[in-house]
Amino acid sequence: VTPIRIPALSETTAALCFLMVLLIPCATAGLALINAGLGRFRNAAHSMLSALCVIAVAALVYFAVGAAWQGGAGQPAFALHAAGKDWNWIGAGNYFLRGLELGGWSSLAALFGLMSVGLAAIIPLGSGADRWRLGACCASTVLLAGITYPLFAHWAWGGGWLAQLGFIDSGGAGVIQVAGGLTALSITWILGPRRGKFNPDGVPSALPGHNAVFVLLGCFFAWLGWLGLNGAGAILFTGVEASRTVLIAVNTALAAGSAALSVAAITRTRFGKTDASLCANGWVAGLVAVSAGCAVVRPAAAVIIGLIAGALVVYSVEWLELHLAVDDPGGSVSVHAVAGLWGLLATGFLAALTPGRWLVQLVGIATLLGFILPLTYGLNWLLNRVSPQRVAVEGERQGLDLYELGAGAYPDFMTHNEDFWQR
Amino acid sequence: MLGGWIIVLAAIALLPAGPSQASFVLVALGVEILGLTLVFRAHLIPSRERK
Repeated sequence: VTPIRIPALSETTAALCFLMVLLIPCATAGLALINAGLGRFRNAAHSMLSALCVIAVAALVYFAVGAAWQGGAGQPAFALHAAGKDWNWIGAGNYFLRGLELGGWSSLAALFGLMSVGLAAIIPLGSGADRWRLGACCASTVLLAGITYPLFAHWAWGGGWLAQLGFIDSGGAGVIQVAGGLTALSITWILGPRRGKFNPDGVPSALPGHNAVFVLLGCFFAWLGWLGLNGAGAILFTGVEASRTVLIAVNTALAAGSAALSVAAITRTRFGKTDASLCANGWVAGLVAVSAGCAVVRPAAAVIIGLIAGALVVYSVEWLELHLAVDDPGGSVSVHAVAGLWGLLATGFLAALTPGRWLVQLVGIATLLGFILPLTYGLNWLLNRVSPQRVAVEGERQGLDLYELGAGAYPDFMTHNEDFWQR
Repeated sequence: MLGGWIIVLAAIALLPAGPSQASFVLVALGVEILGLTLVFRAHLIPSRERK
Protein backbone atom coordinates (compact mmCIF):
# COMPACT_ATOMS: atom_id res chain seq x y z
CA VAL A 1 0.00 0.00 0.00
CA THR A 2 1.06 3.61 -0.41
CA PRO A 3 -0.97 5.49 2.19
CA ILE A 4 -0.85 9.09 3.41
CA ARG A 5 0.62 11.91 1.36
CA ILE A 6 4.33 12.70 1.01
CA PRO A 7 4.93 16.02 2.80
CA ALA A 8 6.03 18.72 0.35
CA LEU A 9 8.91 20.86 1.60
CA SER A 10 9.84 24.22 0.13
CA GLU A 11 13.57 24.90 -0.38
CA THR A 12 13.66 27.21 2.65
CA THR A 13 11.92 24.68 4.86
CA ALA A 14 14.21 21.91 3.65
CA ALA A 15 17.30 24.03 4.37
CA LEU A 16 16.04 24.92 7.85
CA CYS A 17 15.20 21.29 8.52
CA PHE A 18 18.67 20.20 7.38
CA LEU A 19 20.34 22.65 9.77
CA MET A 20 18.14 21.44 12.62
CA VAL A 21 18.97 17.80 11.93
CA LEU A 22 22.65 18.72 12.21
CA LEU A 23 22.02 19.85 15.81
CA ILE A 24 20.80 16.39 16.89
CA PRO A 25 24.31 15.03 17.66
CA CYS A 26 24.53 17.72 20.37
CA ALA A 27 21.70 15.91 22.18
CA THR A 28 23.57 12.63 21.83
CA ALA A 29 26.77 14.23 23.16
CA GLY A 30 24.81 15.69 26.07
CA LEU A 31 23.37 12.32 27.04
CA ALA A 32 26.80 10.70 26.72
CA LEU A 33 28.27 13.28 29.11
CA ILE A 34 25.39 12.81 31.55
CA ASN A 35 25.80 9.01 31.49
CA ALA A 36 29.56 9.27 32.01
CA GLY A 37 29.22 11.79 34.84
CA LEU A 38 26.60 9.74 36.68
CA GLY A 39 28.75 6.61 36.53
CA ARG A 40 31.86 5.90 38.60
CA PHE A 41 35.25 7.34 37.68
CA ARG A 42 36.79 3.97 36.87
CA ASN A 43 34.21 3.45 34.08
CA ALA A 44 34.28 6.95 32.56
CA ALA A 45 36.35 6.22 29.43
CA HIS A 46 34.36 3.01 28.87
CA SER A 47 31.13 4.95 29.09
CA MET A 48 32.19 7.52 26.47
CA LEU A 49 33.67 4.87 24.16
CA SER A 50 30.50 2.78 24.49
CA ALA A 51 28.51 5.84 23.44
CA LEU A 52 30.64 6.31 20.32
CA CYS A 53 30.50 2.61 19.40
CA VAL A 54 26.76 2.42 19.98
CA ILE A 55 26.13 5.48 17.78
CA ALA A 56 28.28 3.93 15.03
CA VAL A 57 26.56 0.55 15.22
CA ALA A 58 23.11 2.15 15.30
CA ALA A 59 23.85 4.26 12.22
CA LEU A 60 25.20 1.29 10.24
CA VAL A 61 22.32 -1.02 11.14
CA TYR A 62 19.77 1.70 10.42
CA PHE A 63 21.44 2.33 7.06
CA ALA A 64 21.42 -1.40 6.23
CA VAL A 65 17.88 -2.38 7.24
CA GLY A 66 16.28 0.10 9.67
CA ALA A 67 15.53 2.84 7.15
CA ALA A 68 13.91 0.33 4.80
CA TRP A 69 11.61 -1.02 7.52
CA GLN A 70 10.80 2.43 8.88
CA GLY A 71 9.82 3.71 5.45
CA GLY A 72 7.95 6.97 5.19
CA ALA A 73 4.62 8.51 4.36
CA GLY A 74 3.73 7.76 0.77
CA GLN A 75 6.38 5.09 0.41
CA PRO A 76 5.77 1.36 -0.16
CA ALA A 77 4.77 -0.65 2.89
CA PHE A 78 3.27 -3.98 3.87
CA ALA A 79 -0.28 -4.00 5.20
CA LEU A 80 -2.55 -6.58 6.78
CA HIS A 81 -6.23 -6.44 5.92
CA ALA A 82 -8.34 -7.15 9.02
CA ALA A 83 -11.77 -6.06 10.24
CA GLY A 84 -12.34 -4.09 7.02
CA LYS A 85 -9.22 -1.96 7.49
CA ASP A 86 -5.68 -1.90 6.14
CA TRP A 87 -3.12 -2.15 8.97
CA ASN A 88 0.08 -0.71 7.61
CA TRP A 89 2.64 -2.45 9.80
CA ILE A 90 6.11 -2.27 8.25
CA GLY A 91 7.91 -0.35 5.52
CA ALA A 92 8.98 -2.03 2.29
CA GLY A 93 11.74 0.31 1.21
CA ASN A 94 15.14 -0.51 -0.25
CA TYR A 95 17.90 -1.85 1.98
CA PHE A 96 21.15 0.16 2.23
CA LEU A 97 19.24 3.33 1.29
CA ARG A 98 19.38 2.35 -2.38
CA GLY A 99 17.44 4.65 -4.68
CA LEU A 100 17.27 7.45 -2.13
CA GLU A 101 16.21 10.73 -3.75
CA LEU A 102 18.60 13.44 -2.66
CA GLY A 103 17.28 16.82 -1.62
CA GLY A 104 13.70 15.88 -0.81
CA TRP A 105 11.70 14.75 2.18
CA SER A 106 13.01 11.18 1.92
CA SER A 107 16.68 12.10 2.20
CA LEU A 108 16.03 14.45 5.15
CA ALA A 109 13.97 11.76 6.91
CA ALA A 110 16.78 9.24 6.34
CA LEU A 111 19.37 11.66 7.75
CA PHE A 112 17.08 12.40 10.71
CA GLY A 113 16.74 8.65 11.29
CA LEU A 114 20.51 8.11 11.20
CA MET A 115 20.96 10.79 13.85
CA SER A 116 18.01 9.95 16.07
CA VAL A 117 18.56 6.18 16.19
CA GLY A 118 21.93 6.90 17.84
CA LEU A 119 20.16 9.04 20.41
CA ALA A 120 17.73 6.20 21.18
CA ALA A 121 20.59 3.70 21.40
CA ILE A 122 22.58 5.75 23.89
CA ILE A 123 19.73 5.86 26.42
CA PRO A 124 20.19 2.28 27.78
CA LEU A 125 23.88 3.02 28.45
CA GLY A 126 22.79 5.12 31.43
CA SER A 127 20.90 2.25 33.05
CA GLY A 128 23.56 -0.36 32.30
CA ALA A 129 26.42 1.84 33.50
CA ASP A 130 29.31 0.30 35.43
CA ARG A 131 28.46 -3.31 34.48
CA TRP A 132 27.51 -3.61 30.79
CA ARG A 133 30.16 -5.10 28.48
CA LEU A 134 31.17 -3.07 25.41
CA GLY A 135 30.45 -5.93 23.00
CA ALA A 136 27.08 -6.55 24.61
CA CYS A 137 26.11 -2.85 24.29
CA CYS A 138 26.85 -3.04 20.57
CA ALA A 139 24.95 -6.31 20.11
CA SER A 140 21.93 -4.92 21.96
CA THR A 141 22.09 -1.81 19.76
CA VAL A 142 21.82 -4.00 16.66
CA LEU A 143 18.46 -5.21 17.98
CA LEU A 144 17.27 -1.71 18.84
CA ALA A 145 18.36 -0.05 15.58
CA GLY A 146 17.39 -2.99 13.40
CA ILE A 147 14.06 -4.07 14.88
CA THR A 148 12.49 -2.13 17.75
CA TYR A 149 13.17 1.43 16.62
CA PRO A 150 12.26 1.08 12.93
CA LEU A 151 9.11 -0.85 13.73
CA PHE A 152 7.64 1.75 16.08
CA ALA A 153 9.03 4.60 13.96
CA HIS A 154 7.13 3.19 10.99
CA TRP A 155 3.92 2.95 12.99
CA ALA A 156 4.17 6.49 14.34
CA TRP A 157 6.08 8.40 11.63
CA GLY A 158 6.23 6.25 8.51
CA GLY A 159 2.54 6.24 7.63
CA GLY A 160 1.88 3.15 9.77
CA TRP A 161 -1.34 2.24 11.53
CA LEU A 162 -0.76 4.59 14.47
CA ALA A 163 -0.09 7.51 12.12
CA GLN A 164 -3.28 6.62 10.24
CA LEU A 165 -5.19 6.88 13.52
CA GLY A 166 -3.73 10.38 14.08
CA PHE A 167 -1.06 9.64 16.69
CA ILE A 168 1.07 12.75 17.41
CA ASP A 169 4.74 12.44 18.33
CA SER A 170 6.48 15.39 16.71
CA GLY A 171 9.94 15.15 18.28
CA GLY A 172 10.07 11.46 19.10
CA ALA A 173 8.99 11.25 22.75
CA GLY A 174 7.63 7.79 21.97
CA VAL A 175 9.71 6.71 18.98
CA ILE A 176 13.09 7.75 20.40
CA GLN A 177 12.77 8.36 24.14
CA VAL A 178 10.25 5.79 25.34
CA ALA A 179 11.64 3.10 23.03
CA GLY A 180 15.12 3.82 24.43
CA GLY A 181 13.83 4.09 28.00
CA LEU A 182 12.00 0.77 27.84
CA THR A 183 15.15 -0.86 26.47
CA ALA A 184 16.98 0.69 29.43
CA LEU A 185 14.45 -0.91 31.79
CA SER A 186 14.94 -4.29 30.11
CA ILE A 187 18.70 -3.93 30.46
CA THR A 188 18.50 -3.15 34.20
CA TRP A 189 16.34 -6.23 34.70
CA ILE A 190 18.67 -8.46 32.69
CA LEU A 191 21.94 -7.16 34.14
CA GLY A 192 20.74 -6.90 37.73
CA PRO A 193 22.00 -4.25 40.17
CA ARG A 194 25.64 -3.25 40.63
CA ARG A 195 27.55 -5.09 43.33
CA GLY A 196 27.16 -3.28 46.60
CA LYS A 197 24.10 -1.33 45.48
CA PHE A 198 21.68 -3.22 47.72
CA ASN A 199 22.59 -4.67 51.10
CA PRO A 200 21.26 -8.12 52.13
CA ASP A 201 18.14 -6.47 53.57
CA GLY A 202 17.40 -4.84 50.23
CA VAL A 203 18.23 -1.31 51.36
CA PRO A 204 19.94 0.62 48.54
CA SER A 205 23.27 2.38 49.07
CA ALA A 206 24.04 5.70 47.43
CA LEU A 207 26.65 5.29 44.67
CA PRO A 208 26.94 8.91 43.53
CA GLY A 209 28.17 9.87 40.07
CA HIS A 210 31.79 10.91 39.76
CA ASN A 211 31.47 14.25 37.95
CA ALA A 212 28.54 16.64 38.44
CA VAL A 213 30.10 19.14 36.02
CA PHE A 214 29.90 16.59 33.16
CA VAL A 215 26.28 15.97 34.06
CA LEU A 216 25.30 19.63 34.12
CA LEU A 217 27.30 20.48 30.99
CA GLY A 218 25.51 17.61 29.28
CA CYS A 219 22.23 19.40 29.96
CA PHE A 220 23.33 22.42 27.92
CA PHE A 221 24.31 20.21 24.99
CA ALA A 222 21.05 18.30 25.30
CA TRP A 223 19.06 21.54 25.16
CA LEU A 224 20.76 22.61 21.93
CA GLY A 225 20.28 19.18 20.41
CA TRP A 226 16.62 19.01 21.39
CA LEU A 227 15.91 22.34 19.67
CA GLY A 228 17.00 20.67 16.45
CA LEU A 229 15.36 17.34 17.20
CA ASN A 230 11.95 18.82 17.94
CA GLY A 231 12.07 21.33 15.11
CA ALA A 232 13.17 18.88 12.44
CA GLY A 233 10.86 16.12 13.71
CA ALA A 234 7.85 18.43 13.66
CA ILE A 235 8.58 19.59 10.10
CA LEU A 236 9.18 16.07 8.80
CA PHE A 237 6.60 14.00 10.67
CA THR A 238 3.87 16.41 11.78
CA GLY A 239 4.02 18.51 8.61
CA VAL A 240 4.22 21.92 10.34
CA GLU A 241 5.44 25.01 8.52
CA ALA A 242 8.92 26.42 9.07
CA SER A 243 7.48 29.46 10.84
CA ARG A 244 6.23 27.20 13.64
CA THR A 245 9.78 26.30 14.68
CA VAL A 246 9.86 29.47 16.82
CA LEU A 247 6.96 28.15 18.91
CA ILE A 248 8.70 24.76 19.08
CA ALA A 249 11.89 26.36 20.41
CA VAL A 250 9.93 28.38 22.98
CA ASN A 251 8.05 25.30 24.16
CA THR A 252 11.26 23.25 24.36
CA ALA A 253 13.03 25.86 26.48
CA LEU A 254 10.03 26.43 28.76
CA ALA A 255 9.47 22.74 29.43
CA ALA A 256 13.13 22.07 30.24
CA GLY A 257 13.38 25.07 32.54
CA SER A 258 10.14 24.40 34.39
CA ALA A 259 11.04 20.73 34.86
CA ALA A 260 14.46 21.58 36.33
CA LEU A 261 12.92 24.19 38.66
CA SER A 262 10.23 21.74 39.68
CA VAL A 263 12.90 19.21 40.70
CA ALA A 264 14.93 21.90 42.47
CA ALA A 265 11.90 22.98 44.51
CA ILE A 266 10.87 19.42 45.39
CA THR A 267 14.35 18.26 46.42
CA ARG A 268 14.93 21.46 48.40
CA THR A 269 11.63 21.02 50.23
CA ARG A 270 12.08 17.31 50.90
CA PHE A 271 15.80 17.00 51.59
CA GLY A 272 16.76 20.54 52.62
CA LYS A 273 19.24 20.86 49.73
CA THR A 274 18.91 21.05 45.95
CA ASP A 275 20.05 17.83 44.27
CA ALA A 276 22.24 18.65 41.24
CA SER A 277 22.03 15.28 39.49
CA LEU A 278 18.26 15.09 39.92
CA CYS A 279 17.92 18.65 38.58
CA ALA A 280 19.90 17.58 35.52
CA ASN A 281 17.63 14.58 35.13
CA GLY A 282 14.63 16.90 35.49
CA TRP A 283 15.97 19.20 32.78
CA VAL A 284 16.28 16.32 30.32
CA ALA A 285 12.88 14.94 31.40
CA GLY A 286 11.32 18.28 30.47
CA LEU A 287 12.95 18.10 27.04
CA VAL A 288 11.76 14.52 26.60
CA ALA A 289 8.19 15.19 27.71
CA VAL A 290 7.63 18.21 25.49
CA SER A 291 8.99 16.40 22.42
CA ALA A 292 5.65 14.73 21.76
CA GLY A 293 3.55 17.85 21.47
CA CYS A 294 6.13 20.62 20.98
CA ALA A 295 4.50 21.75 17.74
CA VAL A 296 0.88 21.59 18.86
CA VAL A 297 0.78 22.84 22.47
CA ARG A 298 0.74 26.43 23.73
CA PRO A 299 3.64 27.75 25.83
CA ALA A 300 1.55 27.62 29.02
CA ALA A 301 0.86 23.94 28.35
CA ALA A 302 4.59 23.35 27.82
CA VAL A 303 5.23 24.80 31.29
CA ILE A 304 2.65 22.43 32.81
CA ILE A 305 4.16 19.48 30.93
CA GLY A 306 7.62 20.41 32.24
CA LEU A 307 6.53 20.95 35.84
CA ILE A 308 4.83 17.56 36.02
CA ALA A 309 7.69 15.82 34.18
CA GLY A 310 10.14 17.14 36.79
CA ALA A 311 7.98 15.95 39.67
CA LEU A 312 7.54 12.55 38.03
CA VAL A 313 11.30 12.11 37.74
CA VAL A 314 11.93 12.74 41.45
CA TYR A 315 9.31 10.26 42.62
CA SER A 316 9.98 7.73 39.86
CA VAL A 317 13.74 7.58 40.59
CA GLU A 318 12.98 7.06 44.27
CA TRP A 319 10.24 4.51 43.70
CA LEU A 320 12.23 2.44 41.23
CA GLU A 321 15.25 2.26 43.53
CA LEU A 322 13.62 1.90 46.95
CA HIS A 323 10.59 -0.24 46.17
CA LEU A 324 11.31 -2.01 42.90
CA ALA A 325 15.08 -2.63 43.32
CA VAL A 326 15.87 -1.23 39.88
CA ASP A 327 19.49 -0.01 39.78
CA ASP A 328 19.48 2.69 37.11
CA PRO A 329 22.61 4.86 37.64
CA GLY A 330 21.73 7.32 34.87
CA GLY A 331 18.02 7.57 35.68
CA SER A 332 17.29 6.57 32.08
CA VAL A 333 14.05 4.76 32.85
CA SER A 334 12.56 7.71 34.73
CA VAL A 335 13.90 10.42 32.44
CA HIS A 336 13.17 8.81 29.09
CA ALA A 337 10.43 6.21 29.59
CA VAL A 338 8.32 7.78 32.36
CA ALA A 339 8.65 11.39 31.16
CA GLY A 340 8.17 10.32 27.52
CA LEU A 341 4.95 8.48 28.35
CA TRP A 342 3.73 11.51 30.29
CA GLY A 343 4.53 13.75 27.30
CA LEU A 344 2.54 11.53 24.94
CA LEU A 345 -0.44 11.52 27.29
CA ALA A 346 -0.26 15.26 27.95
CA THR A 347 -0.26 15.95 24.21
CA GLY A 348 -3.63 14.23 23.97
CA PHE A 349 -5.15 16.44 26.65
CA LEU A 350 -3.32 19.77 26.25
CA ALA A 351 -2.81 20.09 22.49
CA ALA A 352 -5.04 22.38 20.50
CA LEU A 353 -6.31 19.51 18.37
CA THR A 354 -9.58 17.78 17.63
CA PRO A 355 -11.44 16.36 20.67
CA GLY A 356 -10.89 12.68 21.41
CA ARG A 357 -7.20 12.84 20.54
CA TRP A 358 -6.33 11.54 24.00
CA LEU A 359 -7.66 8.11 23.05
CA VAL A 360 -5.26 7.84 20.09
CA GLN A 361 -2.38 8.90 22.33
CA LEU A 362 -3.45 6.21 24.82
CA VAL A 363 -3.38 3.62 22.03
CA GLY A 364 0.23 4.68 21.32
CA ILE A 365 1.14 4.39 25.00
CA ALA A 366 -0.52 0.97 25.18
CA THR A 367 1.49 -0.13 22.16
CA LEU A 368 4.76 0.95 23.76
CA LEU A 369 3.99 -0.79 27.06
CA GLY A 370 2.18 -3.80 25.66
CA PHE A 371 4.26 -4.58 22.60
CA ILE A 372 7.56 -2.69 22.46
CA LEU A 373 8.56 -3.48 26.07
CA PRO A 374 7.96 -7.26 25.79
CA LEU A 375 9.66 -7.24 22.38
CA THR A 376 12.80 -5.43 23.55
CA TYR A 377 12.93 -7.45 26.76
CA GLY A 378 12.56 -10.72 24.87
CA LEU A 379 15.23 -9.84 22.32
CA ASN A 380 17.72 -8.76 24.99
CA TRP A 381 16.91 -11.80 27.12
CA LEU A 382 17.70 -14.05 24.15
CA LEU A 383 20.91 -12.15 23.52
CA ASN A 384 21.86 -12.60 27.16
CA ARG A 385 21.28 -16.35 26.86
CA VAL A 386 23.61 -16.52 23.86
CA SER A 387 26.26 -14.23 25.30
CA PRO A 388 26.03 -12.88 28.88
CA GLN A 389 25.75 -9.10 28.82
CA ARG A 390 27.14 -8.41 32.29
CA VAL A 391 30.84 -8.01 32.85
CA ALA A 392 32.66 -10.53 35.08
CA VAL A 393 32.96 -9.83 38.82
CA GLU A 394 36.64 -9.01 38.39
CA GLY A 395 35.81 -6.43 35.73
CA GLU A 396 33.30 -4.73 37.98
CA ARG A 397 35.78 -4.62 40.85
CA GLN A 398 38.64 -3.37 38.70
CA GLY A 399 36.56 -0.94 36.68
CA LEU A 400 35.57 -1.32 33.05
CA ASP A 401 38.23 1.15 31.90
CA LEU A 402 41.09 -1.06 33.01
CA TYR A 403 39.32 -4.38 32.48
CA GLU A 404 38.04 -3.80 28.93
CA LEU A 405 40.14 -0.91 27.63
CA GLY A 406 43.42 -1.38 29.45
CA ALA A 407 43.67 2.24 30.59
CA GLY A 408 41.65 4.51 32.85
CA ALA A 409 40.18 7.90 32.07
CA TYR A 410 42.01 9.45 35.03
CA PRO A 411 45.38 7.69 35.45
CA ASP A 412 46.26 9.83 38.49
CA PHE A 413 43.23 8.67 40.49
CA MET A 414 43.56 5.81 42.99
CA THR A 415 40.93 3.13 43.59
CA HIS A 416 40.10 2.56 47.23
CA ASN A 417 38.99 -0.85 48.36
CA GLU A 418 36.05 0.54 50.34
CA ASP A 419 34.63 1.84 47.08
CA PHE A 420 33.78 -1.77 46.25
CA TRP A 421 32.96 -3.24 49.64
CA GLN A 422 29.41 -4.19 50.31
CA ARG A 423 27.83 -1.93 52.88
CA MET B 1 1.04 -6.97 28.73
CA LEU B 2 0.80 -8.40 25.27
CA GLY B 3 -2.79 -9.46 26.05
CA GLY B 4 -3.67 -5.88 26.98
CA TRP B 5 -2.27 -4.62 23.70
CA ILE B 6 -4.29 -7.17 21.74
CA ILE B 7 -7.43 -5.94 23.51
CA VAL B 8 -6.53 -2.39 22.43
CA LEU B 9 -6.13 -3.52 18.82
CA ALA B 10 -9.41 -5.41 18.97
CA ALA B 11 -11.19 -2.36 20.39
CA ILE B 12 -10.02 -0.02 17.65
CA ALA B 13 -10.64 -2.58 14.93
CA LEU B 14 -14.03 -3.88 15.96
CA LEU B 15 -15.77 -1.16 17.95
CA PRO B 16 -17.12 2.13 16.59
CA ALA B 17 -15.53 5.31 17.95
CA GLY B 18 -17.32 6.25 21.15
CA PRO B 19 -17.56 5.50 24.85
CA SER B 20 -17.44 1.72 24.45
CA GLN B 21 -14.20 1.89 22.47
CA ALA B 22 -12.66 4.28 25.00
CA SER B 23 -13.72 2.01 27.88
CA PHE B 24 -12.12 -1.02 26.24
CA VAL B 25 -8.87 0.87 25.63
CA LEU B 26 -8.78 2.06 29.26
CA VAL B 27 -9.44 -1.45 30.59
CA ALA B 28 -6.77 -2.87 28.29
CA LEU B 29 -4.30 -0.31 29.60
CA GLY B 30 -5.22 -1.48 33.10
CA VAL B 31 -4.41 -5.05 32.06
CA GLU B 32 -1.02 -3.89 30.78
CA ILE B 33 -0.26 -2.05 34.02
CA LEU B 34 -1.17 -5.19 35.96
CA GLY B 35 1.23 -7.18 33.76
CA LEU B 36 3.95 -4.57 34.26
CA THR B 37 3.48 -4.78 38.04
CA LEU B 38 3.90 -8.55 37.91
CA VAL B 39 7.07 -8.24 35.82
CA PHE B 40 8.50 -5.76 38.33
CA ARG B 41 7.67 -8.15 41.17
CA ALA B 42 9.27 -11.03 39.30
CA HIS B 43 12.52 -9.08 39.12
CA LEU B 44 12.70 -8.25 42.82
CA ILE B 45 15.70 -10.10 44.20
CA PRO B 46 14.71 -12.55 46.95
CA SER B 47 16.41 -11.63 50.24
CA ARG B 48 17.91 -15.16 50.49
CA GLU B 49 19.65 -14.70 47.14
CA ARG B 50 20.96 -11.28 48.19
CA LYS B 51 22.53 -12.77 51.30
